[in-house]
Amino acid sequence: MDENVLEMVDIVKVFPGVIANDRVNFSLKAGEIHALLGENGAGKTTLMNILYGIYRMDSGVIKVDGRKVTIRSPRDAIKLGIGMVHQNFKLIPAHTVVENVILGSEKNGFILDLKKSGEEIKNLASSFGLKVDPFSEVWKLSMGERQRVEILKLLYKNVRIMILDEPTAVLTPQEKRELFSSLREMSSKGKSIIFITHKLDEVLEISDRVTVLRRGKNVATKVTKETNKIELANLMIGRPIIFEYSKNPQKLSGLVLKVENVRVLDEEGNVRLKGVSFSLNGGEIVGVAGIAGNGQKELAEAITGLKRVSSGKIFVRGKDLTNASPKKFFDNGVLFIPEERLGVGTAPNLSIAENLILKSYDNKLFSGPVFLNFDAIQKFAEKLVKDFEILCSSVNVPVKFLSGGNLQKVVLARELGNIINNAGGNVIVAMYPTRGLDVGATEYVRKLFLKMRDEGNAIIFFSEDLEEILSISDRVFVMFDGRIVGEIDSSEADVEKIGLMMAGSVAS
Amino acid sequence: MEAIKVDPLTILTTMFILMVQEGSILLVATLGEIFTERSGILNLGVEGLICFGALSSFIVYYLTGNWIIATLAAASAGLMLSLIHAFVSITLKANQTVSGLAITILGLGLSSFIGRPIALSRIRIDPLESVRVPLLSEIPVIGPSFFNQNPLVYFSYIMVIVLWFILYKTRFGLNLRSVGENPSMADSLGINVFLTRYVATSVGGALCGISGALLILGYYPSWYDGITAGRGWIAVALVIFSSWNPLYAFFGAYFFGLVGTLNATFQSIGFRAIPTDFFRTLPYLLTILVLIIFSSTRFRRRKMPASLGKPYTREL
Ligand SMILES: Nc1ncnc2c1ncn2[C@@H]1O[C@H](COP(=O)(O)OP(=O)(O)OP(=O)(O)O)[C@@H](O)[C@H]1O
Ligand SMILES: [Mg+2]
Repeated sequence: MDENVLEMVDIVKVFPGVIANDRVNFSLKAGEIHALLGENGAGKTTLMNILYGIYRMDSGVIKVDGRKVTIRSPRDAIKLGIGMVHQNFKLIPAHTVVENVILGSEKNGFILDLKKSGEEIKNLASSFGLKVDPFSEVWKLSMGERQRVEILKLLYKNVRIMILDEPTAVLTPQEKRELFSSLREMSSKGKSIIFITHKLDEVLEISDRVTVLRRGKNVATKVTKETNKIELANLMIGRPIIFEYSKNPQKLSGLVLKVENVRVLDEEGNVRLKGVSFSLNGGEIVGVAGIAGNGQKELAEAITGLKRVSSGKIFVRGKDLTNASPKKFFDNGVLFIPEERLGVGTAPNLSIAENLILKSYDNKLFSGPVFLNFDAIQKFAEKLVKDFEILCSSVNVPVKFLSGGNLQKVVLARELGNIINNAGGNVIVAMYPTRGLDVGATEYVRKLFLKMRDEGNAIIFFSEDLEEILSISDRVFVMFDGRIVGEIDSSEADVEKIGLMMAGSVAS
Repeated sequence: MEAIKVDPLTILTTMFILMVQEGSILLVATLGEIFTERSGILNLGVEGLICFGALSSFIVYYLTGNWIIATLAAASAGLMLSLIHAFVSITLKANQTVSGLAITILGLGLSSFIGRPIALSRIRIDPLESVRVPLLSEIPVIGPSFFNQNPLVYFSYIMVIVLWFILYKTRFGLNLRSVGENPSMADSLGINVFLTRYVATSVGGALCGISGALLILGYYPSWYDGITAGRGWIAVALVIFSSWNPLYAFFGAYFFGLVGTLNATFQSIGFRAIPTDFFRTLPYLLTILVLIIFSSTRFRRRKMPASLGKPYTREL
């Protein structure tokens, strides 16, 4: 148990303008769950990509079972028994679970016996408590199920060192519990697990030891039992952090958004929103709880003009904007922070500066009659990068090179940067605004929301994190099956009851 | 001319015979293109490959009188042309649409050039003889149409099963489909993306060549320019119509085959209310229609190989 199965010594990795890993040391014992903790951009993913053969390190030594090894590709890593589940899954949606799992494995002959492999996978899955139907196509599966498939891929290849990059980011609370029990099962059977996260509670709940990275350097390795949340936060951010938010007394400033009996259909013609009505006042924060896929996305898109409503009305400050263009909504002060950061949220190949002004290209400040004013754009971008603490070498790097959390900050900065000092009366619609953000950035976003609330803006945000919803919202909505099934004052809310409503078993 | 009285069963049988003849040509080419596209390579050279394959088999059959050698010649002709496409689009990573169109132009041009003296000389060959399958050929309508045909038609049936089996039941097939969906992931698992795509493209090309052999050895006694008459394009549409699945290709090809026979059928029964030109145009109209309907994003997102037409570059 005390043998190191893996040692990474003095790992250095430099990207143009950033030292992503600066002489990092990391070790892993057989059968342990070792958390790798760090803020956005701390270099966690980079370190593990080196171990998995995706990146080459600039210097350093990797030892497996005490022997020095060279890992040039994921295939080399898998041969050494090292496997990784990435932040965004690498599965083939059109193929079945079995096909995804056995791909690239040498266990099978030329002719495949999918039935037999399916049975094998089923047994493997059930021995670790990973529920999944081997013959289902992957596109039909939920995020949680897809993650299990990723884990099964590794187990099937007899991986003994398993790297999970922020595995809980896409999971519902229920799925998270299941994952944790599977992880414990694996570690009890001798697998070693590296668990990348920036959530302190998860570190404390699941890990045996924790290594903290900060700005590419490792600052400490601790036995989990001998540390606590405050100490870890301090190590990770380099300063103390608040976990309880003090809210100022609420000052409502009149109706800003009114939604009347809105229905939305999806592309196939299924009803996704089954008549939703509510109103939102300036000076309040509404948190919407619910398991993903119960109409949250459709609601957010309907009230920002991205999705046509088939019936119902939407008023912004008394003005009927039903089925108006997204630009109309934006011009009327409805701001949207989308769920998907790359793609909808940002243009991956454009620079940070360009992404930051995407929505204000016609602002007089940035554009003359013909050409854009690059000096002004540069200055504006640099200010936002500083305000939002976006970690990057310059505002001119393409956003696709940013770490997950920093990408999210770019989206936030673009949407919110313009209005931080405005007079209020805006509607901010945010999908999972802190998903993927570290505690420092999360704290920043939450404080920002509270500040904007106090300035008279209305905020409606969607989250899977009940604690987050309860910590900053004034009212809580619960969505289930295309409807708002519960509306609760957050001072009277209790987690159990909301959880049951999310599952559709009680109405308020 | 007054309408000839024929009994409906005879009409139906004749129709089915023509349908199988036409459909089998389309089927072999469609299967070839499915195999290629499943690996992520779009080869729009089908029309050129069929044509060049047809000419090669015609010449070799005339010289040797052996249909097997002639068919192999057609296969190699298709394979060679598609290797050019493979090199340009896999190794040089050029735009596959452009390269495929170039292959069509090249195949048609080469055939026209080499074939000119042959066309002028009016050389004729005897079409392949039909082989009757015992028992099965006794079934009314289906028997004479499906089970009394030349050996290459039987080859087309067998290929449906063979390709389906390779794609869905073998390790190579799984690798091939994975390469067509997500090449970088396949690569990271140690699958040779380039080799797999080369194999898929050349096997697909060979099949298109064989489709040409079937065309000329089966049904046309002499060579003339433009003999393929757009069948390659119909095959390209059929790939989409059949959702990249060899089993569906079987039904799609014979459906199009049936549409192609309507003209002859209606003429033979003296039905002339609709001009014959309409029936001749019908397969192409249908092709366009299929392309429009089935290229709707919703359909394609689910069925189309996710990396179709995208060159793969290994990044470090
Ligand atoms: N391919 C790349 N090219 C250039 N810079 C990169 C590249 N990959 C990562 N970086 C930079 O290296 C640093 C570390 O990134 P990394 O993805 O390892 O962070 P992380 O700790 O995983 O953060 P997060 O929690 O946000 O996922 C970041 O500043 C990032 O911008
Ligand atoms: Mg990361």
